[in-house]
Amino acid sequence: MLLNQFLLLGAFLFSTGVYGVLVRKHTVLVLMSIELMLAAVNINLVAFGAANHTVAGQVFALFVLTIAAAEVGIGLAIVLLIYRNLRTADLDDLELLKD
Amino acid sequence: MWFLDNAWLVPLIPALSFAVILLFGKRLPRKGSEVGIAAVGASFVLSVGAAIQWINHLRNADGTSALGALGRAVGRLSAEGPAVEPITRATTWFESGTFKLSAGIQIDGLAVMMMFVVTLISLLVHIYSSEYMRGDVRYTHYYAALSLFTASMLLLVVADNTLLMLIGWELVGLCSFMLIGHWWEEKPNSDAALKAFLTTRTGDIGLLTGVVMTFFIVQRYTGHGSFNIVALNDAASSGKVSHTLIMWCALALLLGIMGKSGQFPLHTWLPDAMAGPTPVSALIHAATMVVAGVYLGARLYPVFWNGLSIGTPGHGAWNAMAIIGGITVLVGATLAFVQDDIKKVLAYSTISQLGYMTMALGVGAWTAAVFHLFTHAFFKADLFLGAGSVSHSGSHHSFDMKKDMGGLRKVMPQTFWTFVIGSLALAGIFPLAGFWSKDEILVNAGRHGYTAFVVVGLLGALLTAAYMTRCIYLTFFGEYRGGHAHADDGAHGHVVDAHESADAHGHGGPHESNWVLTMPLWVLTALAVVTGLLNYPAWHRFETWFQPRVHFVEAPAVPFNPILAIVSVAIALTGIGVAWAFYSGRLRALHDLSVRNAVARVGKMILVNKYYLDWLYTDVIVGGIKGPIAAGAYWVNQHIIDNVLNFTGRGARAVGRFTYDYIDQKGVDGVINGIATVTGEAGGETQKIQTGRLQFYALLLVLAVGLFAAALWIFT
Amino acid sequence: MVAENVVFGIIAAAMVIGALGVVRTKNIVHAALYLVVVLAGGAAQFILLGQEFVAWVQVLVYIGAVIVLFLFGIMLTRAPMHPKESLDNDLRWPGAAVALFLAGILGGLLVKTFHADKVDIIAPTRTDAVTNAIFTKYIIPFEVVGVLLLGALIGAVVLARKD
Repeated sequence: MLLNQFLLLGAFLFSTGVYGVLVRKHTVLVLMSIELMLAAVNINLVAFGAANHTVAGQVFALFVLTIAAAEVGIGLAIVLLIYRNLRTADLDDLELLKD
Repeated sequence: MWFLDNAWLVPLIPALSFAVILLFGKRLPRKGSEVGIAAVGASFVLSVGAAIQWINHLRNADGTSALGALGRAVGRLSAEGPAVEPITRATTWFESGTFKLSAGIQIDGLAVMMMFVVTLISLLVHIYSSEYMRGDVRYTHYYAALSLFTASMLLLVVADNTLLMLIGWELVGLCSFMLIGHWWEEKPNSDAALKAFLTTRTGDIGLLTGVVMTFFIVQRYTGHGSFNIVALNDAASSGKVSHTLIMWCALALLLGIMGKSGQFPLHTWLPDAMAGPTPVSALIHAATMVVAGVYLGARLYPVFWNGLSIGTPGHGAWNAMAIIGGITVLVGATLAFVQDDIKKVLAYSTISQLGYMTMALGVGAWTAAVFHLFTHAFFKADLFLGAGSVSHSGSHHSFDMKKDMGGLRKVMPQTFWTFVIGSLALAGIFPLAGFWSKDEILVNAGRHGYTAFVVVGLLGALLTAAYMTRCIYLTFFGEYRGGHAHADDGAHGHVVDAHESADAHGHGGPHESNWVLTMPLWVLTALAVVTGLLNYPAWHRFETWFQPRVHFVEAPAVPFNPILAIVSVAIALTGIGVAWAFYSGRLRALHDLSVRNAVARVGKMILVNKYYLDWLYTDVIVGGIKGPIAAGAYWVNQHIIDNVLNFTGRGARAVGRFTYDYIDQKGVDGVINGIATVTGEAGGETQKIQTGRLQFYALLLVLAVGLFAAALWIFT
Repeated sequence: MVAENVVFGIIAAAMVIGALGVVRTKNIVHAALYLVVVLAGGAAQFILLGQEFVAWVQVLVYIGAVIVLFLFGIMLTRAPMHPKESLDNDLRWPGAAVALFLAGILGGLLVKTFHADKVDIIAPTRTDAVTNAIFTKYIIPFEVVGVLLLGALIGAVVLARKD
């Protein structure tokens, strides 16, 4: 198996995740897209680990996983707060930074 | 020799008194007159001392002087007696490289004589003025000006170089201006002062040119130029300097003499100068200032002698100096006949006598000219002060003989007798002073080959006697005509009110003057009688004492001619007799001749209009220059200058408007506004990035990252 | 080796479809389910690579907890189930362009860098090798992550508290 096939898969997933982050209106969907990106990173890490015969890839993938979980927790908490205050979770409605 | 060495004190003391009177005079008890009198008195004493010492000096030299024998051998002597150098003292005034100006005194017989005359007459005038000008509104300034005048005249007399003489000359001109215009509130007085100043200024053109030329004459002779008079006289006599230069110098100086000493045709200012107070007329315009010109001629005589070739009658028989002098004699004498104002008669008489002096210098009679200067000072001052006395006490301050005088001899005997004796001296009657001096002039003229001028002199003597008799008759004889109110002549009206209120004696009618006024008259009369004898042919004291023995000319002495003397006295007496007969009522055939006879009428009109000289000067020459030039200047100003200015102004305005409209409003403001607009637009456009939307920012972020990555990829 | 490639290909295709579904579906819950497909496919790829431990952890944590969390979040924020309008904002085309650009860059770089490197799987990695490494070599990051989780826990509780 080529290394590149895993890497390219990871690249594709990452780009799709980017697309989702930029385009999706709902905050939760944006968070999902971010999960997509993190999954792509995981694939890359593990592929590299396997190709170089080292456990570091796995270990780091584990760490990324953990952090992703923590991040989703916090993220959803924030989304809840926003929903409570603004009655909406649409990112388009969060334009208080606009002058 | 103290008085001679320190003769510089003589001009200095009146100069100091001028300053003192000007600063403190008003606060002094007698308003400054005491300072003036004291100062001039001191100068007089010093002058007398100097004269005595000079005469002693000469006597010592005449004794056993080896220098005298040497002088005789050199042949530069003109009077008997050995050579005696003038006493000189000088200090450096200004030095720059090789050029050096010195200021100093040169005291010889001529200077000593002039000092004596000036200080004596100034002193008498000071004393006279204390009563005459009492109560005048500018009494103190009057005395200050008199002091300054005395100092300036003395400076002129003692100067050892022509530059210093020039300074004195100009200062006396200034004082004359100030004093003639003493009552300047009346326009005729200030006009007269201006006329005097400007006419003498015209003559001064020549004087200045001449003084500059003297510098170069000395330079040609000694190698480096100077204004020193001794050097100048030596240079002129040496024969080593170009004759043309000396001649032009003499002619230029002659122009100066004409202006200051009232020679024809620059004499017109002197009669108008009678607008000043009478003591001023006596001092300045009779005895001292007007003779400054004659003094200049006497002092620089070698220049004139050599320049105008006076010594060689064949060539110089018609030299300019003698001719001008001769014309002046006749012009002055004829005009004196038609004057109604007593002071003007005396003014024209002065002009005539100055003509005698100039004529004498012109015919080579140095001693005669100077001697006449000496005697004339005394009797003319006597006559002027007498006229002042008459007007002060006899004719209610008027000088008009026909309107306000007459028959005054009964009420003013002292004035009358002093006036008569003075007139006889003027007319040249034996044995008074005028006889000796005038006769000497005629004798010298005849001897040196200038016979025509003898005739002129005799004619002048006739006329002099005649017009003075007319003057005496109108003033002192006949009926008193001054019964009516004050006749204030416009020409010399003064502040009568102040004078009236200050008069101690009431003005009832005409009466004799105060002793303060008559004392100077007697002093001068005495001198007029006695001084003539100073040059009595047997002893020639005047010549011995005062004629220079060195740095002078070879003019042989002329012996006394008794026949000529008798002829001149006879002519004078004839003049007196004819005039007396005419004015006292006889000689009816000649009365009112000008009314009946056309020729006589024309003649009288010419005389009354003063030979139309004033008309020529004022209306023709000055007016002709003034009119077209003034009109031309006005035209240039209105049309040319104003147009240029307006055009420039309009042009500047147009440029300004253009600059404002285009460059400022459109150009500069356009650029500024453009920058602002661009910035605003750019900001506006850039503002759109701030959508406030998170995902938009994220898009930009990712895009940037992608671009960086691409850049890295491309460039590595 | 060909079998591995075929398996890889199938799983990759499933993942691709799942990813596209996440970002393009109109239904949020469907998006969550598509995410499950992606994550499961990821776990399968891990197994293919011989990394069994992380594969199971991914299934347990990611799919088991995170997705459930997502579903709860969808429920609590009353996300629209049957929306009338699209779930995309108006950045679709610029976003697509940027994503494609990014993909191109990444792809190009990867191809250029790794050419035709091979992955040789000798044997599956033993779990104890992984855990040994964690507790010896990577103990510090492990502890930090533990603290991080604690912080996240507390943070989430604080944030979501109703007060």
